[in-house]
Amino acid sequence: MIDFCGIELAHPVINASGCFDVLAARACFGEELIERFPFSAYVSKTVTLAPRAGNPPPRLWESAAGMINSIGLPNPGIEGYLDEHLGEYAKLGVPLITNVMGSTAAEFVALLAALEDRSEVAAIELNVSCPNVATGLDIGADPRGLRLLLEELRPLTQKPLIVKLTPNTADVGACASAAEEGGADAVSLINTLRAMALGYGGKPWLGGGSGGLSGPAIRAVALAQVASVAERVAIPIVGMGGVSSGADAAALLEVGALLVAVGTESFRDPAAGARISAELARLFAENAGS
Amino acid sequence: MSAPFGRRVAVVVSRVELGAYVVLEVADDATPAAPGQFYMLAAVERWGGGEDERPFLGRAISALAARGERRVAFLLEDVGPGTRRLCELEAGDDMYLVGPLGRGFVPPEDGQEALLVGGGVGIPPLAMFQEAWGGRALLGFRDAQRAPGASLFDNPEVATDDGSVGHHGPVTDLLDRVLGEGGEFVLYGCGPPGLLEALRVRALRHGVAAQLCLEAPMACGFGACYGCVVETTEGYKRICVDGPVLDAAVLV
Ligand SMILES: Cc1cc2nc3c(=O)[nH]c(=O)nc-3n(C[C@H](O)[C@H](O)[C@H](O)COP(=O)(O)OP(=O)(O)OC[C@H]3O[C@@H](n4cnc5c(N)ncnc54)[C@H](O)[C@@H]3O)c2cc1C
Ligand SMILES: Cc1cc2nc3c(=O)[nH]c(=O)nc-3n(C[C@H](O)[C@H](O)[C@H](O)COP(=O)(O)O)c2cc1C
Ligand code: FES
Repeated sequence: MIDFCGIELAHPVINASGCFDVLAARACFGEELIERFPFSAYVSKTVTLAPRAGNPPPRLWESAAGMINSIGLPNPGIEGYLDEHLGEYAKLGVPLITNVMGSTAAEFVALLAALEDRSEVAAIELNVSCPNVATGLDIGADPRGLRLLLEELRPLTQKPLIVKLTPNTADVGACASAAEEGGADAVSLINTLRAMALGYGGKPWLGGGSGGLSGPAIRAVALAQVASVAERVAIPIVGMGGVSSGADAAALLEVGALLVAVGTESFRDPAAGARISAELARLFAENAGS
Repeated sequence: MSAPFGRRVAVVVSRVELGAYVVLEVADDATPAAPGQFYMLAAVERWGGGEDERPFLGRAISALAARGERRVAFLLEDVGPGTRRLCELEAGDDMYLVGPLGRGFVPPEDGQEALLVGGGVGIPPLAMFQEAWGGRALLGFRDAQRAPGASLFDNPEVATDDGSVGHHGPVTDLLDRVLGEGGEFVLYGCGPPGLLEALRVRALRHGVAAQLCLEAPMACGFGACYGCVVETTEGYKRICVDGPVLDAAVLV
């Protein structure tokens, strides 16, 4: 058992937000998905206050050892999420982490208020990769703004707050430490790296113009960012970015993560999370034996 | 019926060239696919390192036939690094398989005649449809290298863009003639976007129902990434889980 912010988890592998829709997966794979559920906690896709349709297609570009997405955070809004999704997620039998994003502090306040009485939600992950309307900077890319946001949000909820850091910043360690000072219980990283692709005639391929790079292509960046954050904070770290094997997961744990999240690899193999946690357990057993 | 959870390794049992296409037969004893369903495929060895250092993700490929008990077949055309690598596979090679996935065709009701209108490498779901439920096949191909795809059907009518086989012109010429004859028709279509749009327009004009098998780049095939959406009258729908077969009436 792992103690993550007071939540007991059976193993260190969880899903990355937005990379595993359990409801759709259950429709495809039936009860076997639940019986062999690969993750020790389930993280929702980002939920916003109002419903969002997401970006126009095309939304995907395959790159060297990875992909660029401009999905645009489609979601049913917090009300739709609470009414239609949360009850279904609760049947999974693992702790639930709800990922939320606001474009202002007031939106985050409203999202936290809506989740506060829902006992199914074990923790809240704050997606701070949204541009601040006033500065144009991602909220999470500005350490001072991030600390102020956390100072405002921390007293409003009993639930652990995980800050999902953006990698699109000059000093991710400074952002992590600002989140910790503001009262964050944990940080998670890395989100996708800003990227773009050109299609025919030199025009941006993705409907959203640019997108975010994920997969093995960002693994080495994730390792460096997790390592530098680990040097700056004492709170638990959820490491992610290009994890596709137990060895990749072990590397993130080695540099200071407590948990690892699997995103893009689940697209290639829906059961990747189970394989990765089995490989990780084998590595631990081998190390313990030697 | 659901697909096994996770990707599995399956062995290629035969590879046959059909003009410009390759037919792979793969040993698999999971739930058989229904017409219109697809699988996410990847080669176990050397998946990556092709054009632009791709492929990385699996490729969505329609089931062509659930032959006998423990076989599934696919029809492939080399259009890029993913399909190129799949086309290279030989009998005995290992392949990763996830599926069957998606919602397939709904068979016609009694008294309705199914018109199966296919273009190019879009024909597999229709071949499987005809095997299961019959129907009159109208097929369009670019040229004589691709027209052999028609051999997968019973009594097909063929059109080619270059006139080398069958009618010289688009397959919609054949369809317009049949629609002109009159009858209780349902259209079943699969092929390039231009063909699907032509079918949608004809279905509206003639007041006939149409089920179209759509395509989009897919990362996952099981609803996880939200990457494969198409705009419908009810907003964006994921082609992999709400389709790939959609009623033409919901498309915009
Ligand atoms: C449900 C379904 C069923 C299908 N069934 C079949 C089938 O039975 N047989 C078959 O041969 N094919 C089938 N396809 C099509 C096949 O999955 C795609 O053509 C696939 O993308 C081919 O991959 P590739 O690497 O060979 O070509 P790609 O290089 O992916 O090229 C295919 C198209 O993708 C776009 N593209 C080019 N580069 C990129 C990039 N880097 N990232 C994203 N998009 C790019 C371009 O529009 C290009 O024309 C099906 C698709 C779907 C969705
Ligand atoms: C298709 C896709 C959708 C994503 N959606 C979200 C999201 O809704 N919220 C979020 O915080 N991160 C989202 N992410 C980022 C992932 O959670 C993760 O941080 C990133 O992909 C790196 O991990 P990976 O390389 O294992 O995919 C998404 C990533 C992808 C590829
Ligand atoms: S391909 Fe991922 S949601 Fe359809």
